[in-house]
Amino acid sequence: MAHTEHTPVVRALYLDDDVVLDAVKSLRGKGIKVKEVYSPFPIHGLDKAMGLKETRIAMAAFIYGLIGLTVAITITSYMMNLDWPQNIGGKPSMTWGKNMPAFVPIMFELTVFFAAHLMVWTFMIINKLYPGAEPQNPDPRTTDHHFMIEVAAGEGVVDALKDTGAIEIAEA
Amino acid sequence: MFVFTQKAKIFAAALTLIGLIMVVIGFNSAGHEAEGHDAHAIEMHADHADAAPADEVHAEEAHADHAEVAHIDHAEAAHGEEAHADHSEAAHADHTEVAHAEHAEAGHGDAHGGHEDHGAANRPWAALLVNTIFFLGIGIGTLFFLAIQYAAQAGWSAGILRVMESVALFVGIPLLGMLFLVITGTMEMHHVWHWMQDGIMDPANPNYDKIIAGKEGYLNDTFFTLRTVAYLVIWAGAAYLLRRNSLKEDQLPEGQNLFFTQRKLAATFIVLYAVTSSTSAWDWIMSIDTHWFSTLFGWYTFAGMFVTALTVLNVLVMFLRVKNYLPWVNDNHQHDLGKFMFAFSVFWTYLWFSQYMLIWYSDIPEETPYYLARFGEYKTLFITMLAFNFIMPVLVLMSRDSKRIMGFILLAAVFVLAGHWMDHYIMIMPGSVGYNYGFGWVELGGFLFYAGLLLYVVQRNLAAAPLKMKNHAMIHESKLFHQ
Repeated sequence: MAHTEHTPVVRALYLDDDVVLDAVKSLRGKGIKVKEVYSPFPIHGLDKAMGLKETRIAMAAFIYGLIGLTVAITITSYMMNLDWPQNIGGKPSMTWGKNMPAFVPIMFELTVFFAAHLMVWTFMIINKLYPGAEPQNPDPRTTDHHFMIEVAAGEGVVDALKDTGAIEIAEA
Repeated sequence: MFVFTQKAKIFAAALTLIGLIMVVIGFNSAGHEAEGHDAHAIEMHADHADAAPADEVHAEEAHADHAEVAHIDHAEAAHGEEAHADHSEAAHADHTEVAHAEHAEAGHGDAHGGHEDHGAANRPWAALLVNTIFFLGIGIGTLFFLAIQYAAQAGWSAGILRVMESVALFVGIPLLGMLFLVITGTMEMHHVWHWMQDGIMDPANPNYDKIIAGKEGYLNDTFFTLRTVAYLVIWAGAAYLLRRNSLKEDQLPEGQNLFFTQRKLAATFIVLYAVTSSTSAWDWIMSIDTHWFSTLFGWYTFAGMFVTALTVLNVLVMFLRVKNYLPWVNDNHQHDLGKFMFAFSVFWTYLWFSQYMLIWYSDIPEETPYYLARFGEYKTLFITMLAFNFIMPVLVLMSRDSKRIMGFILLAAVFVLAGHWMDHYIMIMPGSVGYNYGFGWVELGGFLFYAGLLLYVVQRNLAAAPLKMKNHAMIHESKLFHQ
C-alpha cells in the first residue's frame, strides 16, 4: 500500500503480533482509519482485520498461465513440427497433435514459469519494490522485532493508540 | 451428537438390499447376456486391425499373449495360421475349465467364441471387483488421511477427526468383499485374475504361459490369499485401533490425552501402508493384465483412491455442517478440504500421465498392449474419464471462492466420483472381460450395495460418539483455524 506523504499520520510501535492484531480490530471498531501496518513477518488474519480489498493476483496468475501455455504450444509446434520437423520417439508423424504427449512437460513447465515469474514481478511493481524505488518503511526496527501501526492523525487518536498497548507513539 | 434417524436407516438398508438383489440377478443372467456379443465381436476385429500397428514384433507377441491382450491378439491372430491354432487351443481349454452349464450350451464352434465367453462369464465378477475397489478407496483413503493428521501433528483438522474415523472404519467391508473375490478366484469360480487358471504355470499343459509362469513366486494362490488377509488385518486393524484410542481419550480426565499413542500408531500404519498400498494395487488390479507391469501403478491407484476419499469426506463434512452438527467447523476447514481435493486431482493426473507418457514414448511391445486396449474399444470411456478427473475439477475448483461454495464443491464431487469409478472400471475391465463390457445389473447393483453399506456404517459410527473430541490436544487450535 502506497503511503502518502501529505496527510499527517500517527505511528505506534508494538512488540507482539497478537497485540497488533487486537489493536487493529479495536482501532477500526472506534472508527479510526488504519492506513498501514508494518511487520517483520506476515500476520494471519491481519488483511481481514484491516479491511483490505481482496487481492486480484489470482486472476492475473491465471492469465499469465494461459500466456505461458500459448507460448509453449506455439514454440513446440513451430520448432519441432513446422520449421524443422522431427521424428519424436520413433513416431514420425510430424504433427503437433499426434506428438502432443511429448510436449506436455514443456506446456506444464512454461505455464508454471510464466505464472510464477510474472506474478512475482506484478507483485513487486504494484508494491513499489523494484530496484531504485524509494524505501517506504518509516522505521527499520519493524524489519526485525517491532511492529508498527500507522493511522491518520486526528482527535483522540493518540489516546486510543495508548489504550491498545503501544510502547512508543510518534506523530509525523 | 449425530442422530441416525429411522428414515436414514431404512434408506441405507433399502439401498443395500436393492443392490444385493441386482447383483444376484446379474450373476444369474451373466450367461444370457453373453449371447448377444457375436456381432459386436466382429466390429471389434475391424477396429483392432486398424488400430494395431502391423509390424512383425507385434505378430510375434501375439503368440505369447492370449488372454491379457485378448482382442488385440485376435486382430493379429487373423493374419497368422499358427497364432490362430494356438488360440483355438487355449480357448477350448478355457471351455472345459469353466463349469457353467450356459457355456456348454453356448458351445461356439470357432475359437473366438470360446475366448469371448470366458470374458462374459467374468463380467459380473469383474463388475463386483470394480465396485469393491472403488469403495475400498473411500475407506482406505480416509484412513490414510486420518493417520496423516496424527503423524503430521496437524491442528486444523482436529474438529473433523471423528468424521474421518467414521468413514475409515468402513474399510473392513470392501476388504471382506475383496477376500470373497480372491477366494472365489482361487476356487476357479471366475477368471478375473487370468493367472489363476489351472495349468498356466505347467510347461506340460496346453494352457502354459512362459511369462506368467515366471511370476509364480509372487502370483500363486496361497501367497495371494495370504496377502489379501494381511491387508485386511493391517488396514481394518489400524482403523479399529485409531478409533478405540480416540474413544478411550474421551473418558480420560480433562487435560489428558492419548495423542502420542495415536501418533505412533498412525506412523506405524503409514509405513505399512506405504508398502501395502503398492502391493495391493499390483495384486488386485495390475495382475489382471498379467503380462504387463508398471512400476508407477501402485501410486497411480493410490492417488485415485485418495482423491475419491477426500471428495467423499468433503461432501460429508459439508452435509454435516448444513445440518448444523459441526458448529466448530468453518468455511476455512471446508476450503482446506477443497484444496486437498483439487491438489490430489492434479496429482492423480500427474501420475496417470507419467505412466502413460513413458509407455507412449518408448513404444515397447511388452508395454503398449495395455493402452492399445484402452485406446481401442474403451476409447470414449477413457477420454471421458480423463476429462472428468482432470479438466472438470481443475476448472471448477481452481478459484478460491468456488472451494467455499457448496454448489461448486458438489459439482466437482460428482465429476470426480464418476470419473474415478470409470477409472477403476477401465483398469479392470479390458483385462478381465475384454469387449464384453457394459453397464448392467452388477455394475449398478454392486454400486448401490456398497453405497448403502457405506451410508449405514458411516451414519452408525457418527451416531456412536460425540462429533467433537473432548480431550484431543489440538481441538482448540482447530476451532481457531482461519486463513
